[in-house]
Amino acid sequence: MRYAMAIDTRKCVGCSDCVVSCQTENNVPIGYCRDWVVEVMAGTYPELEIELRSERCNHCSNAPCVRCCPTGASHFEKGGIVTVTHKKCIGCGACIESCPYDARYSHPEGYVDKCTFCLHRVVDEQLPACVSVCPTKCMYFGDLDNPNSSVSNALKNRKYKVLAPEAGTQPQIYYLT
Amino acid sequence: MQNRREFIRISALGAGGVAIGLSSLQWTKGSSLLGNMSAAGGRNIGGLNRFPTYCEICFWKCAGWVYINEDGKICKIVGNDTDPHCNGRLCPRGTGGIGMYNDEDRLKTPLIREKKGDGQTFREASWDEALTLVAANMKQIAEKYGPESMVLFNHGSPGHHLGNLLKAYGSSNIVAPSYAQCRGPREVAFEATFGSPVGSPEPTDIRDTRCLVLIGSHIGENMHNNQVQEMSDAIDKGTTIITVDPRFSTAASKSKFWLPIKPATDLALLLSWIHVIINEELYDKAYIAKYATGFDELKKHVENMTPEWAYGITTIPPDVIRKTAKEMADASPSVIVHPGRHVTWYGDDTQRLRAVAILNALLGSWGRRGGFYFHESLVVPEYPIPEFPKPRWSWKEAMNGKYPMAALSVSNSLIEATLPNKDNPYKVKGWIVAGTNLPLTMPDKENTLKAIQALDFLVVIDTMPMEITGYADVVLPECTYLERYDDLRAEPHREPSLALRMPSAKPMYDSKPAWWIAKQLAEKLGLGAYFPWKDFSEVLEWQLKTFGTSLAEMQKIGVKMFPRSKGPLYIDETAVQEFKTASGKIELFSSLMAANGFDGLPSYTAHPEPPEGFYRLIYGRAPMHTFSRTANNPNLVDLMKENSVWVNPKVADLQGLKKDQYVWLENQDGVVSSFPIKVRVTERIRWDSVYMVHGFGHHDKNLKRAYGRGASDSELITNVMIDPVMGGTGMRGNFVKFITSNPRKENV
Repeated sequence: MRYAMAIDTRKCVGCSDCVVSCQTENNVPIGYCRDWVVEVMAGTYPELEIELRSERCNHCSNAPCVRCCPTGASHFEKGGIVTVTHKKCIGCGACIESCPYDARYSHPEGYVDKCTFCLHRVVDEQLPACVSVCPTKCMYFGDLDNPNSSVSNALKNRKYKVLAPEAGTQPQIYYLT
Repeated sequence: MQNRREFIRISALGAGGVAIGLSSLQWTKGSSLLGNMSAAGGRNIGGLNRFPTYCEICFWKCAGWVYINEDGKICKIVGNDTDPHCNGRLCPRGTGGIGMYNDEDRLKTPLIREKKGDGQTFREASWDEALTLVAANMKQIAEKYGPESMVLFNHGSPGHHLGNLLKAYGSSNIVAPSYAQCRGPREVAFEATFGSPVGSPEPTDIRDTRCLVLIGSHIGENMHNNQVQEMSDAIDKGTTIITVDPRFSTAASKSKFWLPIKPATDLALLLSWIHVIINEELYDKAYIAKYATGFDELKKHVENMTPEWAYGITTIPPDVIRKTAKEMADASPSVIVHPGRHVTWYGDDTQRLRAVAILNALLGSWGRRGGFYFHESLVVPEYPIPEFPKPRWSWKEAMNGKYPMAALSVSNSLIEATLPNKDNPYKVKGWIVAGTNLPLTMPDKENTLKAIQALDFLVVIDTMPMEITGYADVVLPECTYLERYDDLRAEPHREPSLALRMPSAKPMYDSKPAWWIAKQLAEKLGLGAYFPWKDFSEVLEWQLKTFGTSLAEMQKIGVKMFPRSKGPLYIDETAVQEFKTASGKIELFSSLMAANGFDGLPSYTAHPEPPEGFYRLIYGRAPMHTFSRTANNPNLVDLMKENSVWVNPKVADLQGLKKDQYVWLENQDGVVSSFPIKVRVTERIRWDSVYMVHGFGHHDKNLKRAYGRGASDSELITNVMIDPVMGGTGMRGNFVKFITSNPRKENV
């Protein structure tokens, strides 16, 4: 099993519903976020292009944050989901430094926090909050090892990319372009 | 000069004495406000209770579920899968609606204006004292001037409750800025053409369209939920999208064609499209022959309105005009030239929207799959109450013969009737303002404030200390939509539906629902017979029975769908199709417009252009905010804290502006923005215009997160071009220049 997400940048309108739904689902304090939206513009008027991307932890298969964690708080769960055991975390911040995606933040309660792919929902066979709420339905989540999962299907017929492939982290968020 | 009604910051109040939110545990036990709601009304899911609601953050009214955690606190809101407005997916504002409930800056207790030394202040009051004072003032206005002199300005759900109060009291002057400041022109134009207004939500069949044309309408930045969803599906299917906008909007970035039109020239483009579609015989001939009148007049009218003619006006090259016209015709009748929503731009807006309607008619899209469907709604019966008294005059008379085609009351006209004028027999002396922040909603803020100074009495009902509350004589704190019952939602859609809003938690602080406020006031005015029930849930129960359902069922399901009963979704080609126009046909030449003394066919007129050094001010929406009402919502402020002014890099170079620099904007009338705004240097806008998101630049310090953040477009809109057809306030004829150092330095 390999959980992954595909995000269609052609459909995303950058509304940030993914951000606010994550906050309310996961009780992320105001002023912090586990996911965010990036707008990249190219060209000069009037020949322009915009790419809108919802970004978050890439749940890398080769995750530097897991490797560098001195206490084992950062670890892999079922399906390759990377999570942090808050009680084990000493807040040293090594993982924050190691992440090429800047996906982690220091929670005011002293531990490091980040996207969990909504593990608590996934074990209950529900989609992550951001995927379930997105008004443009631009996010697909599921098991890459299952050729019929929505994420596998999304990747079948479209070009896609990952962020910072040069970091060698094997990220599991795929952007359909 | 000392103002009669000095602006009071609610934050000036002492901290003591403010009611504190009641313990969440108390409310389950039989409060009369909660009516017959109980935990059984919701459903227990994973240890959470959920209660149905429909959203009040915007007018789309998506139905959702409010989840309560073990502590009895609202923890999240998600969409209701059954609801056609949202299909189970709320937009960021709906998801963030929780922030409206949690906002610690909410109005907490009734407030009464009183003199203090040389100045004025608010003091906290009990509901009984505040309501007694409101009733006394209403009585006085009725005795002195007649009840018609009382006006209700409203937006959203409180309107119906307070509207009934006003009607019982003897006034029909009930007005929502959503008409003359927003969608009025398109309703009049479509009614003149097709015999039916567009209505809300718009019956655009984006789901099945093959070509979507957006003119200044930025779906995706406005989160009109199911339209955004359907547009996304359309993108998936490779549907052609044509976006006409001086700004490279999000929708433009998803489009096959972006037409970066010179602002204020849209009507010329529309007429040239009509010219091409007629002259190249691209129109739906059978449809026009069968359903329309006035084709020959139209053909002659647009004879010379060639793409070459329009090129000089719009800056859109002729081949692009022809190519896009061909795209539309190829998709016909599954094509939508979207009527837009906020369409009060240049004062000739009804005529521009007439051109939109005519174009749709030529393409055969009205009443066709992939064009416009015929939406249907249920008519919710009014709970039996005595007949309302007949007012001696209404907003219609107050217009003094102006705006003959206004189908709904015109807010700016009622503000005008408030301004001191000896010769005006239709004097407005008192306002009830509920859920609308008039100083930011209405253009020409100074004019609105002048009218406020002329009032005998102003009562404001709101959840937040919006700027308007600072001018009130009495402020009444309304509880949020998450804490109250309201009318059933019965908006039209492909299939009719009903949605229930019920309280998910006890009202925080000392806030009350609008139905309770209206009923209490009615009783104090001796009008209790118009509110012959104890709790609003009784009204809902009675209404729901007429549809064969019940409050108990609706509390479990939230949304109930009903089958269509008033005809098919699209034109039945085999049956006779009647349009509710004078001729019974689609009127390309409008006899109604002509009968009212207006041109039966739209023509382009040039609008003033910015003087040297000035840029046209255009404004719009961000997906995470609604008007000025969400600017203090903690969850939504987190997503967008302030607006910025979009400036083309060439303009930035010319004006010496740097990215992220703060500037003040000064308009053509010398009005300077109260607060500075950040410069966003971007290729996404033409060099003759600047753009900002509406709803920022709040003045009230008690809106701690919103105060002073960004600039308000409303205060810079002092040139208002009124649509003579229906009174709409055209707001896009304002020009601004940049001021780089603080113009109010001496005052700091």
